[in-house]
Amino acid sequence: MAKARIGHFAEAQILQELGVDFIDESEVLTPADEAHHIDKHAFTTPFVCGARNLGEALRRIAEGAAMIRTKGEAGTGDVVHAVQHMRQITREMRALTVLSEQELYAAAKEHQAPYELIRMVAQAGKLPVPNFSAGGIATPADAALMMQLGAEAIFVGSGIFMKERATPLDVENDPKEREEAVSRAKAIVAATTHFNDPKILAEVSEQVTGTMKGLAAAAIDESQLLQTRGW
Amino acid sequence: MNEQRALPRIGVLAIQGDYAAHADALAEVGATPTEVRKPDQLAGLHGLILPGGESTTILRFLDKHSFFQTLREFAANHPVFGTCAGAILLSREVRSPAQRSLGILDSVVERNAYGRQIDSTILTAETELPGGPLEMVFIRAPRIVETGPGVQVLARRSGFPALVRQNHIMAATFHPELSADRRVHKLFVEIVAQSALTAAASG
Repeated sequence: MAKARIGHFAEAQILQELGVDFIDESEVLTPADEAHHIDKHAFTTPFVCGARNLGEALRRIAEGAAMIRTKGEAGTGDVVHAVQHMRQITREMRALTVLSEQELYAAAKEHQAPYELIRMVAQAGKLPVPNFSAGGIATPADAALMMQLGAEAIFVGSGIFMKERATPLDVENDPKEREEAVSRAKAIVAATTHFNDPKILAEVSEQVTGTMKGLAAAAIDESQLLQTRGW
Repeated sequence: MNEQRALPRIGVLAIQGDYAAHADALAEVGATPTEVRKPDQLAGLHGLILPGGESTTILRFLDKHSFFQTLREFAANHPVFGTCAGAILLSREVRSPAQRSLGILDSVVERNAYGRQIDSTILTAETELPGGPLEMVFIRAPRIVETGPGVQVLARRSGFPALVRQNHIMAATFHPELSADRRVHKLFVEIVAQSALTAAASG
């Protein structure tokens, strides 16, 4: 999987030409377009896009996203926004399921999303594409929490490989730090599979060496948040 | 009698891949699906599906708690159906790159042989299953390049087996759970029901 900037379709064309498996149109990179996302229907490589609420998720699906991930706040190790976004999307989906057919038109207007997709969600109670959780998941328990909240899978990134003052673990030169990174990644994978089994979650948590130094998402200035990128 | 009429209980290995779609497909054709994440959850099941996903990742999970060995023993006398990565795990030999496998199906399989993710495709082909051509969803699919004499080929992709059966073992290099056509799952449920009946009669 490789990242392209929001709206940067030329960057995505290059990634497709290189034969990557997936393209993440990611808010973690500086956006290339402040109004438009990539027309993902124009590509054969599947895309994943971030979303904080149902409307944003459905706009991305309308543009051709094959997967959605809730945004959270990437790189922090603070799961609070991942929880907030997942709860918001699942709550909004549940609310649609009890609306009458006539009410769905107004719902589409409120969510600023295509009526056809609103109707699909109202009928199925879930997104028409897989819904992943991302952004701030740092421990096996975090992964289990997001799965229990309705995520179909988990994205983890650089956040799980951080130490003090949000500097990356030195996996190249320091064997101890490398072991810590590997143990954390393994434990989170196992926790995602056994998300409903606290006994296994306890076992895999114990196998993690070292502790991750997180950055409280609340301490980040609002203008510096990554999650607000995307339209 | 009641025991025999009960719906077959079929496990879906739920450690990675699209197990939820398999469980839905099984329920649609009259089986009771159960998600399997640990070897002890195989007890009491009549059959098992190994779903698609990524075979090396699945193998890593199977290496824990002697799941690999338990699965091999289960497959000796219970029907097992492997799709995509599951077909790789079942095969006698795995190539490009070589990888350990359960060796239950007399076949040789080549990983990613139809290309990368962007070469994934949906094809329709003739099949031995009654009811006309079959839609097949291939996602970064493996290719079965050799099969032994006991293996029956039920559908092909450009000459290579895509759906096969060897007694109580089935394998597909595509994803039948992603199509609306339920004939493939129906056949597997029939094999499981038949095997459960035979086991009840002899035991």
